Amino acid sequence: MDAKPNSPIIEMRKVCKAFAKPSGEPMPVLADIDLTLREGEILGLLGRSGSGKSTLLRIAGGLITPTSGDVLYRGAPLSEPAEGIAVVFQSFALFPWLTVLENVEAGLDALGLAHDEAKRRAMSAIDLIGLDGFQSAYPRELSGGMRQRVGFARAIVIEPVLLLMDEPFSALDVLTAETLRTDFLDLWVERQLPTKSVLLVTHNIEEAVMMCDRILVLSSNPGRIAAEIQVRLPHPRNRLDTEFHNIVDEFYSILTSRTMESVGALSQLHGGLAQPLSPVPTNRLAGFIEALASSSYEAHAELARIAGALGLDIRDLFPIAEALHILEFAELKDGTIKLTAAGRVFAQSGTEERKRLFREHLLGFVPLAAHIRHVLDEREGHLAPRVRFESELEDHLNPNDTEKTLRAVIGWGRYAELFSYDDETKMFTARDRP
Amino acid sequence: MEQHAEVLIGAAWHRRVPTWRDAVATLLVLAIVILLGSGAHQMVGHFVTTEQPRISLSPNALPAYALRTTLRMLAALVASLIFTFIYATPAAKSRRAETVLIPLLDVLQSVPVLGYLSFTVVFFVSLFPGTSLGPELAAIFAIFTAQAWNMAFSFYQSLITVPTDLDEASRSFRFSGWQRFWRLEVPFAMPGLVWNMMMSMSGGWFFVVASEAISVGNIQIALPGIGSYVALAIQQRDLAGVGWAIVAMTVTILIYDQLLFRPLVAWADKFRFEQTAALVVPRSWVLDLFRGASLLRLLGEPIDQAVQASLRARLALPRKPRWLADFAPPRRAVDVAWYGFLLASLGYVGRKLVQFAEPALSWGDVTIAVGDGVLTLLRVVILIALATVIWVPIGVGVGLRPKLAEKVQPVAQFLAAFPANLLFPVAVFLIVKFALNPKIWLSPLMILGTQWYILFNVIAGASAFPSDFREAAASFRIRGWRWWRQVMLPGIFPYYVTGAITASGGAWNASIVSEAVSWGPTKLSGSGLGAYIARMTEAGDYPRIALGVAVMSVFVITMNRLLWRPLYAFAQRRTRLD
Repeated sequence: MDAKPNSPIIEMRKVCKAFAKPSGEPMPVLADIDLTLREGEILGLLGRSGSGKSTLLRIAGGLITPTSGDVLYRGAPLSEPAEGIAVVFQSFALFPWLTVLENVEAGLDALGLAHDEAKRRAMSAIDLIGLDGFQSAYPRELSGGMRQRVGFARAIVIEPVLLLMDEPFSALDVLTAETLRTDFLDLWVERQLPTKSVLLVTHNIEEAVMMCDRILVLSSNPGRIAAEIQVRLPHPRNRLDTEFHNIVDEFYSILTSRTMESVGALSQLHGGLAQPLSPVPTNRLAGFIEALASSSYEAHAELARIAGALGLDIRDLFPIAEALHILEFAELKDGTIKLTAAGRVFAQSGTEERKRLFREHLLGFVPLAAHIRHVLDEREGHLAPRVRFESELEDHLNPNDTEKTLRAVIGWGRYAELFSYDDETKMFTARDRP
Repeated sequence: MEQHAEVLIGAAWHRRVPTWRDAVATLLVLAIVILLGSGAHQMVGHFVTTEQPRISLSPNALPAYALRTTLRMLAALVASLIFTFIYATPAAKSRRAETVLIPLLDVLQSVPVLGYLSFTVVFFVSLFPGTSLGPELAAIFAIFTAQAWNMAFSFYQSLITVPTDLDEASRSFRFSGWQRFWRLEVPFAMPGLVWNMMMSMSGGWFFVVASEAISVGNIQIALPGIGSYVALAIQQRDLAGVGWAIVAMTVTILIYDQLLFRPLVAWADKFRFEQTAALVVPRSWVLDLFRGASLLRLLGEPIDQAVQASLRARLALPRKPRWLADFAPPRRAVDVAWYGFLLASLGYVGRKLVQFAEPALSWGDVTIAVGDGVLTLLRVVILIALATVIWVPIGVGVGLRPKLAEKVQPVAQFLAAFPANLLFPVAVFLIVKFALNPKIWLSPLMILGTQWYILFNVIAGASAFPSDFREAAASFRIRGWRWWRQVMLPGIFPYYVTGAITASGGAWNASIVSEAVSWGPTKLSGSGLGAYIARMTEAGDYPRIALGVAVMSVFVITMNRLLWRPLYAFAQRRTRLD
């Protein structure tokens, strides 16, 4: 309130966070984060899953303490949830046993406010956020959109200086999310909120460009700030604007080049075994290839466009694109994706032919799959336990990635009929090919 | 009894194999119970059995007796609830406290309830000499030991599974500990707690009969209540009296259910964590009545507001002064000190135990007790198997017919709550009349009360079985044995395991009452560990009671860890689709 315009609300210097692996060694999630959130701005954090963006938001809220580095909230060190910071959760985090009004009042109880005063303030927040008439309902009676409105009312009722939003719209359907976003932006632009600044975590590029003044792109494993983009468009912003479009495209380019870099770098290390894979179901890969090969794209598409058309957000899109790129069924470049010759053949083929092609590419371009097959061929009885590969992978990857990579290679190997896997005994077995 | 009821709310179990903690905790429990008991035993010389009111066998006396019995139950339930809050909270919040409290709880709930009774009655009686308060407290404490443990377990399980987002929301609001407890933790734990209170209640009914008419060594106490009434009826071979007691108990349980638990369940429905609306909302006419009574509401309003205000008040502890907050000794050092302290107290306790047991017990005693334990184990296993063969097909048959299940389910739950030991005299009467072998024919009594848990869990499982699976099975024409093996049995397996765990725990507990029964001067003994403990209790032979109780605890814990938990974990894993 007495802060000067544009004075920093949150400052982070060299913030790192590592969680302990089961084995006890640290697993870095965030590395060397420097950021400043200034008064009057909405700052976006954009990244794929595993980029630590939610962890970063929780550090800003004092819910998690960083392993090293400094966090300042209005100039003072922050080590636990502080007055004036409110969080809106992806899952809403409403107390199911409290009514809408009681949920909103709950935030005020902690301030030790008299009950009458709490009720008055809660009612005015409910009014502001458009929940009139729902005060006595329980959350389970409400739709998702209404529930998140309660989440917003509960956050703004404490008149926060800083509002932290953790993917607040991602659990909602497209239409509801859009309504809530617009309503929130209206309140923000008209300065009806006491809030000075907002930190928004999202995986939705358009949402970030729609709402934020500045956007930080986080890379994965561990999360670092990979790029920063200013969005200087005036509100209300229009998705159909060329300018809007260009910014969205820029993000896709940044994200593709980050993906390419990590794929390129990791495939060189340790004979390619250090390459983490995402377990994308083969049906999705095939479906994407077919869509790309269809007449509307003719084997070549801008990621932004095909993502919109297929209704994929970056959490879905990038793992697919990355998998196709690794398997050399498609090529990623500057925010576009293009089918390779093999990809085009795949799109035209029948089941058996597809499997054969997939097997060849799996053996040729995924060193881990080739390695498993090789070990099975060498061994008597053609059996190998999962732990064996697990421990090999864990030399290079964290347990989470190891698990995902094995899941990916098992799914793909089963489809390609390269080997089979018994989840009960945790054993790989060679499958005799015809 | 009713141990491990917490599994019914779907909480996960952690450890599967017996650990050193179990051994340690067993030791601790034994020591405390024995020290209390033997300490009080020395005072027993001063004890004079007071003028005891005469128990009347007239049916007219029964309503008053039922009331007294019910009051004892309620008092014990309140005590259990307080215990639950005080015991489970630190266990869930402090890692160091957890390492002691949870294994301790595990052992506490595997000690047969009557084991506590024999040790504590002397203590309570000598605490209030000359009044009936002592025996009353002893009886209440006995009921408490039948109720408290699974409630505490359920609460602990809820506390450690509080959803992350609600935890973070509470922290970002900066709730004080008090606010967090009443706003988040208690409400979240409520459905599991209410369910476990109901389970506890049925356990309590079972032992209320045994705890009112106490006979340990030379102490004979009969508190006015249904239990004493039954005991007297048995003593005087009054079959009509037993019949009247059964009627009184039935009516009492029904009233209790309608007036207390129905409203409680209906009220607790709002604490369900699922965000979706329930298909069947539990209802209670009593709750509706109170909600609809506007005058009552008007009167209740100020009370309600006062309670609300106190639960919402911050009541935060003063912040640690800065120098104290800064003084944080290294974790390891505190750990070392803590475990050192535990080890030292353990050594002391161990020595005390040896001192207590050495002069009185020999290895021969241990062999006898373990031999008896094996016999009882055999009974439990056979009876569970028999109950399974009988009740699983019936339960499935009922569960697949929703109309029928609706009618049968409450009856099964009532039967589970009914203290089966009221029926024992009838069984003994028959055994004596037809001169049957007590070693065989006393056995079914063990499971008489607890078999219903298998039935109603299987019914619940079969009713919850997805109808599209059934339709798929029907359309592929899977029938006969294959239908059971591939469709139905895997579907109800987790429910069955839950029921069987409860039934087996209950059977162990019941063995003390059911392996040695009497009808007037006729005494029947089925031998076995239960009979052993009962015999020693009658003789007031404390070292051997302790031995019997310890052996039974070890059997129960071993069976839980080696059989039921792996089965339960298997059921959880195998029947999950994702």
